[in-house]
Amino acid sequence: MEAKKGRYGLYGGQYIPETLVPAVQEVEQAYETYKNDPAFQSELKSLMENYAGRPSLLYYAEKMTKDLGGAKIYLKREDLNHTGSHKINNVLGQALLAKKMGKRRVIAETGAGQHGVATATAAALMGLECEIFMGKEDTDRQALNCYRMELLGAKVHPVTSGTMTLKDAVNETMREWASRMDDTLYVLGSVMGPHPFPMIVRDFQKIIGEEIKQQLMEMEGKLPDAVIACVGGGSNAMGSFYEFIPDTSVRLIGCEAAGLGVNNPKNAATITNGSIGIFHGMKSLFCQDEYGQIAPVYSISAGLDYPGIGPEHAHLNETGRAEYVPVTDDEAVEAFEYLSRTEGIIPAIESAHAVACAKKIAPSLGKDQILVVTISGRGDKDVAAIARYRGVKIFD
Amino acid sequence: MTRIRKAFENKKAFIAFVTGGDPDLETTEALIPQMAAAGADLIEIGIPFSDPIAEGVVIQAADERALRAGTTTDKLFDMVKRVRSKVDIPLVFMTYINPVYTYGSERFAKRCAECGIDGIIVPDVPFEEREEVNGACEAAGIELISMIAPTSKERIDMIACQAKGFLYCVSSLGVTGVRSSITTNIREMIDHVKKVSDIPCAIGFGIATPQQAREMAAVSDGAIVGSAIVALIAQHGKNCIEPVCRYVQEMKAAVASAWCI
Repeated sequence: MEAKKGRYGLYGGQYIPETLVPAVQEVEQAYETYKNDPAFQSELKSLMENYAGRPSLLYYAEKMTKDLGGAKIYLKREDLNHTGSHKINNVLGQALLAKKMGKRRVIAETGAGQHGVATATAAALMGLECEIFMGKEDTDRQALNCYRMELLGAKVHPVTSGTMTLKDAVNETMREWASRMDDTLYVLGSVMGPHPFPMIVRDFQKIIGEEIKQQLMEMEGKLPDAVIACVGGGSNAMGSFYEFIPDTSVRLIGCEAAGLGVNNPKNAATITNGSIGIFHGMKSLFCQDEYGQIAPVYSISAGLDYPGIGPEHAHLNETGRAEYVPVTDDEAVEAFEYLSRTEGIIPAIESAHAVACAKKIAPSLGKDQILVVTISGRGDKDVAAIARYRGVKIFD
Repeated sequence: MTRIRKAFENKKAFIAFVTGGDPDLETTEALIPQMAAAGADLIEIGIPFSDPIAEGVVIQAADERALRAGTTTDKLFDMVKRVRSKVDIPLVFMTYINPVYTYGSERFAKRCAECGIDGIIVPDVPFEEREEVNGACEAAGIELISMIAPTSKERIDMIACQAKGFLYCVSSLGVTGVRSSITTNIREMIDHVKKVSDIPCAIGFGIATPQQAREMAAVSDGAIVGSAIVALIAQHGKNCIEPVCRYVQEMKAAVASAWCI
């Protein structure tokens, strides 16, 4: 019996209905085959370089460094990837896997819409049918991304069950997959869900950290002192951290969405406020009540508005290898505006959580120390929401 | 012989599902003995969950109603304990792993036994993860009900060999909910089970009409009906007892008539 596969310490596992088990095992077997297949890897490498635009820049944020007066700050520019976020790294890998598995249709959940847009893009490129499930609340918050997905040929299903946000979109995509798996792959968007997804998504995202290490070696000849990334499910953070896990001198800092504050019920700070549970196929930490009812979480950022966290993050937190800090809406919006004005880079509101954390800790560090902040996506999609937040009316 | 096995002795079983606490606990408490009197051979009581990923829209809505009405796992235990003194048929809980796990699997199973629950169905715990709850169930003397699906195929052997109580055979892909027709080759699935085990097989997902129930029971040991009952509860609210019991009688008669086929 292989009861303990796909575990990160206590966390992880494969808690899914029997109907889906063969489909998930099929993905597991296919991935085991292709991850070591040179032809698959070279095809993926070519897509990453010639389509997604990798490697992404590691940019020395000189003005921000001077302004904060402490550690030297580098920004890992995942926002410059095709489709505007790190999500493309994972979907190119999974869509290629879908093709190799003989699937002709992909389905995916999306929160902010970045993963949906990336999946729709990869599907268009590879000639796959694509359907995206997105909480009704998020289709309203991110109307532009919805239309982008439709432009790319995907069908967008607004999800009206539950809290109508990311977790409900995941529920609905799982339900859809359980009803049609012969020709369909569920392209999961983060390092979460049942095994093997946390592993597959981490493997396709770990290129972020590998590039950071190599680029920083070339520029500074040393390792960073800390790597900072925002965490919802945690894919850009896991991608940024993974390469550095053995380098124990490097602090790994995940920034979770504290919404209106960790003591206000309107937050999504899973590590700070969550407890251990089993949901969406994995044992991990979740925001929930004493009876295991999943809490309706909140963040200004649709991409971090998720009541759980990937199991490997839960494990890194437990072992102390990574630390996780809450960042509020206010702090994130302030950082969003700060980076826009200071460096001329408009970050995604998700990534702005990591920028806010860097702003807090950089001044207390020495000028010889180096912080790398992953800018997981660009902020164009958030401009309307930030205007609303500031009470600015930009549409009639 | 356990109470669950007895429900299948010398007859085809009609298994009825209700979401506990929908529209409120008082109604469920009154409904269960009446359903038993109307002919239900086994009743599944759903512990409502915020995110029931194996359910279709009808039971999703019931879970939301029950949670809004303030239903909790502890209140359901108390209710079942009161109901147990009024009914002899087996009662099983159907819920998701998170409410069980956060309650504490041992504590949950022990409390089930104390309150007269005979078994539990946890659809998001597949065979490979069953130790999450199975040890606790065995220690408490309740049965963890296994499920097979149309996709199970060669997995059926190992699942059926370990199955306890009865085997929940999922009729169709997808989630719970009424279907106009069931296209899976159920007979083949059941034959596969019977080659390796004498576990009673009951078919669920998609059954709503007496004709469907009769057809499904004819090729198995029983039929499970959830969404069709929950839809009546949604329609009639607190006044659901009479229409639900009328429906249960009709369905029980259809299932019973499959005995002679």
